[in-house]
Parts: sequence; C-alpha cells; structure tokens
Amino acid sequence: MQKDSVLEMRGIYKSFYSVKALQDVDFTLREGEIHALMGENGAGKSTLIKVLTGVYEKDAGEVFLKGAEGAVHIKSPEDAQNAGISTVYQEITLCPNLTVAENMYIGRTKGFVTNWRQMNAGARKMLESLGIPARAEQQLGTCSIAVQQMVAIARAVDMECKVLILDEPTSSLDESEVAKLFRLMLDLKSRGVGIIFVTHFLDQVYEVCDRITVLRDGKLVGEYAIENLPRVELVSKMLGKELNDLSDIKSGDEEAHIGSEVIYEAEGLSSSAARHPFDFSIHKGEVNGFTGLLGSGRSECVRAIFGADKVTGGKVRVNGKDVRISKPRDAMKHRIGYLPEDRKRDGIVGDLSVRDNIILALQVLDGFFHPISRAKAEKAADEYIKLLEIKTASSDTPIKSLSGGNQQKVILARWLLTDPQYLILDEPTRGIDIGTKIEIQKLVLQLAEKGKSVTFISSEIDEMLRTCSRLVVMRDGKTVGELRGADLTQNKIMSTIAGGGK
Amino acid sequence: MTAETLKKTGSAGWMGLFRNQIFIPIAALLVLVIFNLIADPSFFQISYSLNSNGDPVLSGYLITILDNASELAILAIGMTLVTAASGGQDISVGATIAIAGSVVLRVLCGDNPRPDEMQASILTAFLVCCVVSMLFGAFNGALVAFLNIQPMIATLILYTAGRSIAAWINNNRLPIISDPSFGYFGTFLPGVPIPTPIFIALICMVIIALTLKFTTLGLYTQAVGINPNSAKLNGINPQMIKFITYVIMGLCVAVAGFIKVTRFSTINYSVVALDIEMDAILAVALGGNALSGGRFSMASSILGAYVIQFLTTTLFKFNVSSSALPAYKAVVVIALVVLSAPAVRAKMGKLWRSLQASKLKKEAA
Repeated sequence: MQKDSVLEMRGIYKSFYSVKALQDVDFTLREGEIHALMGENGAGKSTLIKVLTGVYEKDAGEVFLKGAEGAVHIKSPEDAQNAGISTVYQEITLCPNLTVAENMYIGRTKGFVTNWRQMNAGARKMLESLGIPARAEQQLGTCSIAVQQMVAIARAVDMECKVLILDEPTSSLDESEVAKLFRLMLDLKSRGVGIIFVTHFLDQVYEVCDRITVLRDGKLVGEYAIENLPRVELVSKMLGKELNDLSDIKSGDEEAHIGSEVIYEAEGLSSSAARHPFDFSIHKGEVNGFTGLLGSGRSECVRAIFGADKVTGGKVRVNGKDVRISKPRDAMKHRIGYLPEDRKRDGIVGDLSVRDNIILALQVLDGFFHPISRAKAEKAADEYIKLLEIKTASSDTPIKSLSGGNQQKVILARWLLTDPQYLILDEPTRGIDIGTKIEIQKLVLQLAEKGKSVTFISSEIDEMLRTCSRLVVMRDGKTVGELRGADLTQNKIMSTIAGGGK
Repeated sequence: MTAETLKKTGSAGWMGLFRNQIFIPIAALLVLVIFNLIADPSFFQISYSLNSNGDPVLSGYLITILDNASELAILAIGMTLVTAASGGQDISVGATIAIAGSVVLRVLCGDNPRPDEMQASILTAFLVCCVVSMLFGAFNGALVAFLNIQPMIATLILYTAGRSIAAWINNNRLPIISDPSFGYFGTFLPGVPIPTPIFIALICMVIIALTLKFTTLGLYTQAVGINPNSAKLNGINPQMIKFITYVIMGLCVAVAGFIKVTRFSTINYSVVALDIEMDAILAVALGGNALSGGRFSMASSILGAYVIQFLTTTLFKFNVSSSALPAYKAVVVIALVVLSAPAVRAKMGKLWRSLQASKLKKEAA
C-alpha cells in the first residue's frame, strides 16, 4: 500500500452467471483527489463500486484501506460504511416513504432510542448548508428525483467518510445543481476525502477530476492523470477504437424526409400530471424534442400523449382520425411507443428474462389469447440482441443482471419490435455511455429516415440539437416556445428556457 | 485449471438442475421416498381389492396420497397465481371451501336436509357452486386489486366470516345426500379402480397447463407481480390481472369444495378443509416460488402440494397421532423452507463449485 493512498483494490474478479463483469481490475484512490472511473456500459464500473461497498461479494482479489492492517473484507454495505466508505448510487436507493431526515440517519443511529428532534435539527442544518430545497420532515417520495439525489449525497457527506463514491450522481441534476455538487466535492477534497466519481459526462470529468481510471469489458485499460489524457484519447480508450467525429451523425438534410401528413395531433391535452392543457403535433418522419429544466413538465406531456397518467381533457387525432387515448393500450393500438424516463421503476420487469422483456409490448398488442411462441420470441430476441449489440449471456438471462445501458437497449428493442409509427423516447440516453449514446442517436435518425416520427427528450441540449429538427420548450408545466431551423442553437434554447427579456 | 473450464464444468447438467426451481420439491419428494423405502418398503405396495360397494379398486399408501392431495393440488394452482400477481396470499380458501360445499348441498337438497332424491342435477349444483365461489373470489379480488388492500387483510374477512356464511346457506342444518351417484365424485366411479378426485385434479392441471400455454396469463401475472408500473406502461391492466387471479382462485375453491362434500356426501362447516389455506401457501413456498410475488413455476407448486400430502401420509403411517401431526410436520417444513431459501441455495451452489474446483485441482496435481 502506497503512502498517500486511502484505498487500493488489487486483482478484483467478479462474474454473474457466465458474464464476466470484472477481470483482474486494479484501482487506487489517493488522499484528497477526485478520481473519475470511466467506461462504456457493462465495462464494470458499477460492479467495481458494488464490490467495494459490499453489495456484491468479489470472486477474487484484495482490498486495502488506509488505517487498516492487511486486506480488509467488506461483506456488506454496513461494513463499508463502518470502514468510512460512503456511496451515492446512480439509481436512488433511499426509502421514499420515510422522511428526508429519517433517510439521512437511517442505519446509523446508536442504540434503540432515536432523538427525533435532534435528528431533524441535524438534517435541517445539513440541508441548509448544502442548499437543498427540502424540509427535514418531508416525505422523500414527494421530492423530485434531483432533490432525492441530493439528499442521498447529503447523507453520504454527513457520515464523515474517508472514501466517497458518487455513482452517476449528476445524471438527474440540472446545471445549477451540478455546480452546487461540484463546490461540495471540491470542499470535501480539500479536507482530504478521496472521491470516486463515476459519470458519463466528459465535461464534468475535466472540470473537477484529478485522475481517470478507464475500464473496458470488465478489464482495466489504465490509470491516467487528467492533464495527460486529452478527451479524444479518453473516448477512444473507453470505446477501444478511434471515434468518428461526433458531429458527423446529423447529415443536415433531416428535414428532407419529413412528410406532409400529421401522424399525431393533440389539442388542449391535459392529464392528472400535466395540468396545463397543451397543443402538440408531429409529422411523419419528424424528430422533435421537448426541452426545459427538470420539473418543467416535459415528461408529463409525453406521458399524457401515451395515456400513462389519467387523461383529463383534450382532443387527439392520429393519422387524421379522432381517437381516444386514455390508457397505454390505446396508444399502443395506434402504434405509439413510449420509453419511460425512469428505467428501473417504469421500464424493466426485473426478474423476467431479456427475451420476455423484449416481447412484452408486442405480446400485449397480440392479445391475451395469442401468446407468442417460444421459437418466435427467441428469434425476435436474438435478432434485437444482435442488432442493438445488447451485452447479455443469453436471452434467458434476467434483465436485472444486465448493466443500465444494456437494459435500456432491451426496452428500446421492446418498442422497435412493435414497429411503431410514432416513438416517444424519454431520456433514452440517461446514465449510459457515450458510445451507446451515439448509437441511439443514430438509430433515432435512421427511424426518422424510414418515415417514423420520434419524440426525443434529453437533459443534454447538444444531444437534442444533434437529433431534433424542432424543439418544444417548456417552463413550469407550460409550453413557452417552439424552435426550429436556424433558431436551434444552444444560446437560443437557453434564453427561451430562461424566458428572460420578454 | 483456468476459470474458463471451471465455469464449463460448473454450468453443466447438475448445476442446471440445482438452479431449477423444481429441484426443491423433487429433492423433498426423493428424501421422503428414500426414507419410506428404508423404513418400510411395503409403503409402496399397491393392492387390488374390493371396496365396500363390492367393486374392485386399487388401494395402498401411494393411492391415498394421490387421492387426498387432489384438493390441495387444485388450490395450489390458484394460490400460485394469486401470489404471483398480488404478492400476497388468499387465506380465506378453507372457509370459502365450506361455502362452496354448502352451496352444492343446498342446491341438491333444496329445503329438505335428508332428501330421498336430489332436487337438481349434480352438474347444476356444481355450476352454481362455481359461480358463487367465483363471486367470493371476485370480492377478495376487488378488495386487493381496486382498493389496494393487502391480500392477507382483504381475505381475512372471508376467513373469519366464511364458515358462518356456509352454515347460514343451509340454515345451520347438516344435509346428507343418500343418492350413491353423488359419492362417485369423491370416491370411485363404478368400474374404475382409481379414485375420482385424482382424475379431477388431473383435469384441472391439464386446464391450467393449456391456459398457460395458449394465453398470456403466465407472462402477465409475472410482469404485474414484478413491476406493476412497467406492466401498465406496456398496456397491461395490473388491477384487472390481479382481480382475475382471485376469480381463478375462486374457481379452484369451487372444485376443491365440490370434491370435499362428495367424499362424505355431507359437510361439517367448522372442520371441513380446516387450515388447508396454510398447506396451499406452503405448497407454493415449497415449490420455490417467492411469496412476495413475481416469477412462478406452476409445476413446482403442484408438486409441492403432493409433497405435503406425502409427508402427512407418511407421518400417519408411522402412527403419529393427529394432534401431534402438525408439530412433526413443522419440523420437516422448517428443513425444507430453509433449504429452499435463496441465500442457502446460493451458499450451496458456491460450496458445490468450490468442491468441483478442489477436485479439479487434485486431478491436475
């Protein structure tokens, strides 16, 4: 163990069923550094983190911690916590039905007696110092995802940790929240805390990190000081190949294949979640986007289109005909597909196999009395596993054992299999690596070329600029603008979102 | 020896069976069979003798097991679906069996508790019993699916009230059917040496197998049980699926109740099918199905039901008194349930792999 390191992992192995998630991985974290852990989907980042935090038991390898003699054995998250390792996971793992304060203190009160007043006061102080807009007594489930994430970070920070792991903490935060988080990270760094930062946002890596460790296919590619690794090289190391120019995807003639027919048209549509009635229409072969800050109502709007929430009013026309879409099944019958924002909660059916997850929507469309034969399901699953390069041991593997990005591809395959004429993708690239992101963007443009309409929602504006020919801008649950053509620039979008000067 | 080859030997044949859910009830069954073989091989004797009606029939412990497990196997079907979809169990089945049986007798007897001839055809009585039981199932289902009440609480209502309702249906009298044709369904059809309940259970199994094969019930219930949000966004109506599983449970109760009354041609409201709900839940658990819902294996549950009956009969054979029976049963159940717990199974799999690895190492040395 080196003098200045707080954590060393040596020769870590881990496999699930027959998928080798980690093979001979080394990782070193030094005192007072922010260390980025980078890699594609399924590269093994999350697995490495979970091995370190005792969620998974490693198959082989050793972990050394500063202040501990010899190799330490971390067998449970509690062990990790006691050893001074705190984690904020990519997906929120707190209890939504407890209060914010309870979530911050759960599992670390001493004895059986809880001093509620002291706990709430402590939580309040912490929330205040981090500028988190939540009350200590508020139920966590009633906070937005971003706030829940920040509470998770507050909890980790409050635990006086030596090693802080942030697994994709920023994927659901907007820019000002990210800035707040970064200030906090730098503050902790100056106090000597070692921070492991897992993210897909390259900008953020270069903004705060000191060092980068790159993983690929469960193996270590290397550890680099940030100044010695330019972006392009980082990306090519992650992908294991030279990257084409990112801006190549958009050919510039994406408006050429937009047909004149209106596929979907809504007038004054509103739902129990999207309370402000809105108008919306999309043409054949068009890719449009909804943008706005978190909580601006963009997801609620597309959920209303799909009938995911209770529809409370409005007129809808599909292919020029008046129709009623009050539940997802109605939308699906009109060949509309919807990939939800929260993959874990609304997308995957965890214990079912990849195959069952792929055929689910098509099966529902086929109807109760026409089950898809095993042979046909296998053929469809294999076809899409190949087409979307889904990394899975077999189509029989439960989807929950796949990495996040691969799960997302399975859900995408589910909807592609139903051959929709209008596909709604809500944050399809959230929490997945840059290589897959580009693949998905390409796929969206290909779909549009084939005459399908796509609504694409993303928190990353440059991603939207690359794919969409029209952007609906939302603020506080209302549509505040529609941008197209020359107006589609970062600045124009920003100013529309901000809404200043009107 | 590389990790590669280790993996190959690990995943071959035996491991596959180990991981398969049905391994647990099969292993339990094997243990019981071996125990009986050692203790007294005559357990497996099947003889051909005359019954009280003078008809030649098969008899022996194995026949008894298959016969007596029929109601439980049928209930296990419904309980598996209810568990998978709603993540909870129906604890009212014993009480609703009393209702089902009472309805059959009421239709057949009319107002006279000792009729010389039946007032309606047996088929009519059976169909009425099915409808009534499905209505009670629908009641449970509506509470669980539409009002979001926890299954155990929702079904606690009929668990408490069921036997009183059953008694009330027949004005608290105990009707007896003297017509022997009624008894055919609970004992033997004339000229057939195998007890009729075995056939009824078989028919139910075939029906559920066909239903699972030719409808998407299996996929839907599992999807709803695992992630109702996701199921809903894929066009499935989770409430409806949960509701339907309780109605199916009602149908299973009707058949089981029908068998129960035809065995004795009468009914005792307070003891008929007493505690059977616990055995039915146990069958599901023994089959390796998570009682919190989600994935299920119907075959494992049904096999689990037969294992339970095998155990009960074995204990009876060894003269365990019926009052001490539950205690003995509990011991065996603890062993089975601990062995089938995912944590223990993972440990066993690991042990197996390390044994393999050390064996390979020895061979290599």
